[in-house]
Amino acid sequence: MSIFTEPVGLSHFLVVGAVLFVCGVICMATKRNVLGVLMGIELVLNGANLNFVAFGSSVLRPPGTEGIGMDGQMIALFVIVLAAAEAAVALAIALSYYHAHATVDVDRGDELRG
Amino acid sequence: MAELLISISTPDWLAHTIAALVQCGLLLAIALCSAAVGIWLERKVSARIQDRLGPTRVGGRFGWLQPPADGLKLICKEDIIPTAADHILFRIAPYICFCATFCVFLALPFANGWVAVELNAGAFFLLAVAGLEIFGVILGGYASGSKWSLYGAMREAAQVVSYEIPLGLCVVVVVILTGTMNLVEIGNQQAGWFFNWHIFHDPFTFVVFWVYVTCAVASSNRAPFDLPEAESELVAGFLTEYSGFRWVFFFMGEYASMFVVSGLGALLFLGGWNGPIPIASLLGLTPDDGDVFGWIGNLLGMCNFIAKAFAGMTFMIWLRWTLPRLRIDQVITTCLKYCVPIVSAMLAGVMLWSFFLPGGLIAALTRPASFPRSAWERTDSKPDSFPRSAWERTDSTLRVDGMRDNGRVQEEAWRRSLPAVRSHAERGNEGDFQEESR
Amino acid sequence: MDTINWHSCFFLLLAAIACGFAVAVVVVGDIVRMACCLVVSLAAVAGLFFLAGAEFLGAAQLMVYVGGTMVLLIFGVMLTARGPLVSMKIGGGQWVLALVIGVALFAVLLQAATSTSAWNGPKANDQAAVPAAAKQDDGAAAEQDAAGQLGLGLLGVREDRLHRQDKPVLLGGMSGYLLAFEIISVHLVVVLVGAAYLARARRRIRNPESRAPNPESP
Repeated sequence: MSIFTEPVGLSHFLVVGAVLFVCGVICMATKRNVLGVLMGIELVLNGANLNFVAFGSSVLRPPGTEGIGMDGQMIALFVIVLAAAEAAVALAIALSYYHAHATVDVDRGDELRG
Repeated sequence: MAELLISISTPDWLAHTIAALVQCGLLLAIALCSAAVGIWLERKVSARIQDRLGPTRVGGRFGWLQPPADGLKLICKEDIIPTAADHILFRIAPYICFCATFCVFLALPFANGWVAVELNAGAFFLLAVAGLEIFGVILGGYASGSKWSLYGAMREAAQVVSYEIPLGLCVVVVVILTGTMNLVEIGNQQAGWFFNWHIFHDPFTFVVFWVYVTCAVASSNRAPFDLPEAESELVAGFLTEYSGFRWVFFFMGEYASMFVVSGLGALLFLGGWNGPIPIASLLGLTPDDGDVFGWIGNLLGMCNFIAKAFAGMTFMIWLRWTLPRLRIDQVITTCLKYCVPIVSAMLAGVMLWSFFLPGGLIAALTRPASFPRSAWERTDSKPDSFPRSAWERTDSTLRVDGMRDNGRVQEEAWRRSLPAVRSHAERGNEGDFQEESR
Repeated sequence: MDTINWHSCFFLLLAAIACGFAVAVVVVGDIVRMACCLVVSLAAVAGLFFLAGAEFLGAAQLMVYVGGTMVLLIFGVMLTARGPLVSMKIGGGQWVLALVIGVALFAVLLQAATSTSAWNGPKANDQAAVPAAAKQDDGAAAEQDAAGQLGLGLLGVREDRLHRQDKPVLLGGMSGYLLAFEIISVHLVVVLVGAAYLARARRRIRNPESRAPNPESP
């Protein structure tokens, strides 16, 4: 029995979601570029989205359970839309920041440090 | 195909792989042929418009073999990568461009049921994947390390992202009319005579079709919207640093995407594979008459579809060699100040029209509308028909009858379901409030 | 020999692409290449959505993320990236810290994902090997017209919960997403206006010393 012959389960999707999530977190933590941080956020959101879709999917549902049905896809759809809005605002902020500091290095924006 | 191979004792996995590869090969052949014929057409049409002959020698009288000869010449050219370029991105950009266009062919139906992957959200998928083409262009422009390329890429990004809005709205209009995003069903609903086509459904859709044409030309970067590669301003735009085979990939991507937008326009507005006269059903070549006849009918339909797509391409080429190029501000103005408001107004118009005169223009002229009153009566008389029956009926007709019965039953069911949903929601809410107040 | 489950094969392929390029996003220094890797990763996630039977969502992911957000992001990169500032390194200590936290987080998530036995076993009703040509919509066969259900859900009618006659609240469509849909529509308008306001070109209030750190400015 190898992975090639048996159907994938829910947890396979969850593992992929976890990988994306962790990569996003590391990306947010290690990048100094505003846009790099933003990309990390996108990865995190996608990892979460993948979990929602997997839980809502009727294909992957464990036998005998009802699952969360359409809610999974619906929430994922809202996440996609909100992520687009968030990216637009964050980019606007990044451009503003660039106008003010002439760089996109987040470590330079420390005027409010006490 | 896979079953055939299994029957001659091929291993299972090999049979499926071979079948998949053959289908991919067929699609690739269609994509490449459409590009090649498009290039030939471009040369010939432009020559005729400029009172020349165009290619005449390669491959007989009409220069049929000119595109392969061009390709051969371009492959033999030196492959140059500028030193300032980002090598990896510079190399992969043309492939992204071409792959995105090729993926669109996966969801493009050529005849009734002749589609590689029949998706429920086919129209949406097609738009989404077609929009990925700009990604290759932007990367190519950025990675070239040349300011002309970068300008071209930025223009492309601005132009395509803004034109996706009216283009999407045009598709939404048709989706509202048909009640489905499945392209095969959209095509089937327009079967019959040419006045069943969506372009003749009502005056609003007629206007929407021309907005679609504008946006399609703009989103495939053809003149008069070819600012990303405006050769009199930007050398060659994002193509400046490309040569040889990579340039060929960009070019094939462009012509294949012309085919795709023309084909999508034909599917959405011009009846898809259904000719102006229903020859296939008059001759008894529908799937009901047996497999072989249905197959022949589908073949006719495919010829019809491809002819329409190439007619659309010819129209785009004609536009290119007739109209002068716009300025970038005029391009964006056309999109945001004209296309978007027009298509939004038409969207509202189509919604009202399909509510009051649901049969389309011809049906409205032949029999007076009595829709709103009778529909309400119908739902009121049977208050328990929804939730289960109304939607099950829609679903089953969408799935089974829609393929056969020219979508009439399905339109009827869809129309009936709309007031049903509304009345159901009202009824349900009242019930809830009563429950809670108790 | 067992028949090959094509669903699993495509899952493995897409999962490998998604994870591999997600790791590449972290590792690669150049911001444009990062964006490129992110695009590939997100496109693979869209493919995974297709495999899970959510084809409308997959198309939405392609359209909004890959077609919209990423183009916006690359726009931002082009508007802000300049020469030596393109890649900004961080110290080795921070890398180690981030890696430790990341690995710990991953271990927790992995444990959570695989610990429930109902989730990781193969389903009782095995799908037979689907033809490779129909690879993308085999999940959709089970998911009847998901796009229509989603649309009705946004209008406040939950079609998949209609059979729960015992709960009148659910029956009345109160479990739908009409309010959320309206809120998010207004939200998008606000974001559109706000982003345009934030990103507008401010020529008059340009700070003279703000240009100083930029080595390439004329």
